[in-house]
Amino acid sequence: MDPAALSSQILIGLSRAMILFIVSAGLSFVLGVLRVPNIAHGSLYMIGAFAAFTVATLLQRNPAGFWIALVVAPLVVAAVGLVIERVLLAHLYQREHLMLILFTFAVGLVLNDLVKIVWGADYRSIMPPPLLSGAVSLGDISIPRYNFFLLILGPIVAVAMWLFVNKTKIGKISRAAAVDREMVGVLGINVSWVFAAAFVIGCFLAGLGGALVAPMTSISLGMDHTIIIESFLIVTIGGLGNIWGALIGALIFGLTQSVGLLVLPQFAVVFPYAAVVIVLWLRPRGLLRSVW
Amino acid sequence: MNRFVESRWLGAVAAVLCLLLILPLFAPEFYIYILALILVTALLAMSLNLALGYGGIYQFHHAVFYGVGAYAVALMITRASLPWWISFIAGPMVAALTGLLIGWFCIRLTKLYFGMLQISLGSLIWIIVYRWYDFTGGDNGIHDIPMPVFLMSTNSVYYFILAIVAVCLIALYLIVKSPFGATLQAIRDNPQRCEAVGVNVRQHQLMAIVVAAFFAGVAGVLFVGLERSVFPNMLFWVLSLEIFVMCLLGGWFTFAGPLLGAAIVVALRTFVSQYTDYYTMILGIILILLIFFLPEGVMGFILEKSMPRTQSSEGGR
Repeated sequence: MDPAALSSQILIGLSRAMILFIVSAGLSFVLGVLRVPNIAHGSLYMIGAFAAFTVATLLQRNPAGFWIALVVAPLVVAAVGLVIERVLLAHLYQREHLMLILFTFAVGLVLNDLVKIVWGADYRSIMPPPLLSGAVSLGDISIPRYNFFLLILGPIVAVAMWLFVNKTKIGKISRAAAVDREMVGVLGINVSWVFAAAFVIGCFLAGLGGALVAPMTSISLGMDHTIIIESFLIVTIGGLGNIWGALIGALIFGLTQSVGLLVLPQFAVVFPYAAVVIVLWLRPRGLLRSVW
Repeated sequence: MNRFVESRWLGAVAAVLCLLLILPLFAPEFYIYILALILVTALLAMSLNLALGYGGIYQFHHAVFYGVGAYAVALMITRASLPWWISFIAGPMVAALTGLLIGWFCIRLTKLYFGMLQISLGSLIWIIVYRWYDFTGGDNGIHDIPMPVFLMSTNSVYYFILAIVAVCLIALYLIVKSPFGATLQAIRDNPQRCEAVGVNVRQHQLMAIVVAAFFAGVAGVLFVGLERSVFPNMLFWVLSLEIFVMCLLGGWFTFAGPLLGAAIVVALRTFVSQYTDYYTMILGIILILLIFFLPEGVMGFILEKSMPRTQSSEGGR
């Protein structure tokens, strides 16, 4: 196999991993702070993609349309998340774990049908902006410019998340709330709003992932199914609630799939799942230390 | 539970059974088909509840065992041309073996980690089935699976399913009431204390998973008998969540709760989707209302209302 094809395949795999990372980081953050595996996360990602489609189509003539969509779509999803958290989820934190999981599943069901009502069942697609169309060459290797953009954006998001969690006050409070929520409450901090903030940030990341994937795939109902299972697995192998773990998990997922495409195209999608099983067999609690 | 209440329940069960037996004499065929589907789904939900409600095990991907049972039968009949009865017996066995394998991997972990590992192992099986076109038919599934002559009409399939499901439910009831079932519930309520008095917690939980997988496999086999086809969505995670919902809807600390939940979900899906495309939204809203107002499920609510507080300890909580 010629090395140029192999390395471009790997780079494309890495760039897809960046989207998986962004979505999984949101899931992982919510899981770490609220201890709720948010099954509706996939639906929020789908809303992000559809919202990006609507904004980008409305601003078709505007050269900055795509970039505006990239900002607006996650904000829309974050707003949806805020409503869900304040109106419903906030009243359920004392409940049993399984109830919370089922609640997020129910929210996902409702959101999916709302997407069907608002956008219909048609397949949609948007083009990447002119700046990101075409290919970029790195020596012998050539990859689409959009994937190159993702390769740059992923690490930026990772570092931003790290700075947010470790350097800002609200990040520090959320980490503390993840470890001992009673104690944080005792210190006079309104834990309820910390949870709301964490949930909204998680939703924002889901929406960002959805907006970023929009130019790469056909936007349609049902795109929530695969992403939710993939991001769940990524979060599990990375260590529940660990942002860096989500990054490593996403890289494993993306790389095994793109290498699998070269080795055995029909079963390419099997490779990441097999990798997950192997990782969990060796390290049942994930690669990195989980937050809780 | 005192004698009076017990005899009342026995009477109710007998009445329901009689009704189910004579129904095909006058009900239209479509309703009999729906009823058969409810019975199959009910067995699936109740098998999950053995692990989830009674064992407190986070069985997040129960549908895999259902799908494996169904695919085992479908593959044995179509690819290996085995006689139907061998396949029907082997299907649940394969499901139980899968349960043993997956359970053995997962049992080292507890709670959410257990559930996540089970989801990943289950998804591995799902994705292989989904992709292996030459063997499993991929996303098309397998259709028109030949069945013995006596399973060709809706009514006869219905009676076949009714008989098997009845036997399975009696078996499940006896398991729950057996010393094994009692130990399982004790482990659910306090694993540390059980460990301390010398109960092998892991072994009991693994056993519960295998038994639950076996009955899920039976449900899968019956589904093939009813539909004569299998498809990869039978092992998809979303179905696992749906069964989960049935247990919650009916009440997972009661024996018959999941049966009721399965009946509600299947009936809703059949009749609501005749009127609207937004069936899942209605299910979601019902679920949210239920979580807020009826956390013990419909059956739990009925039990609570129908018995004095002191006697409602049967459900475990």
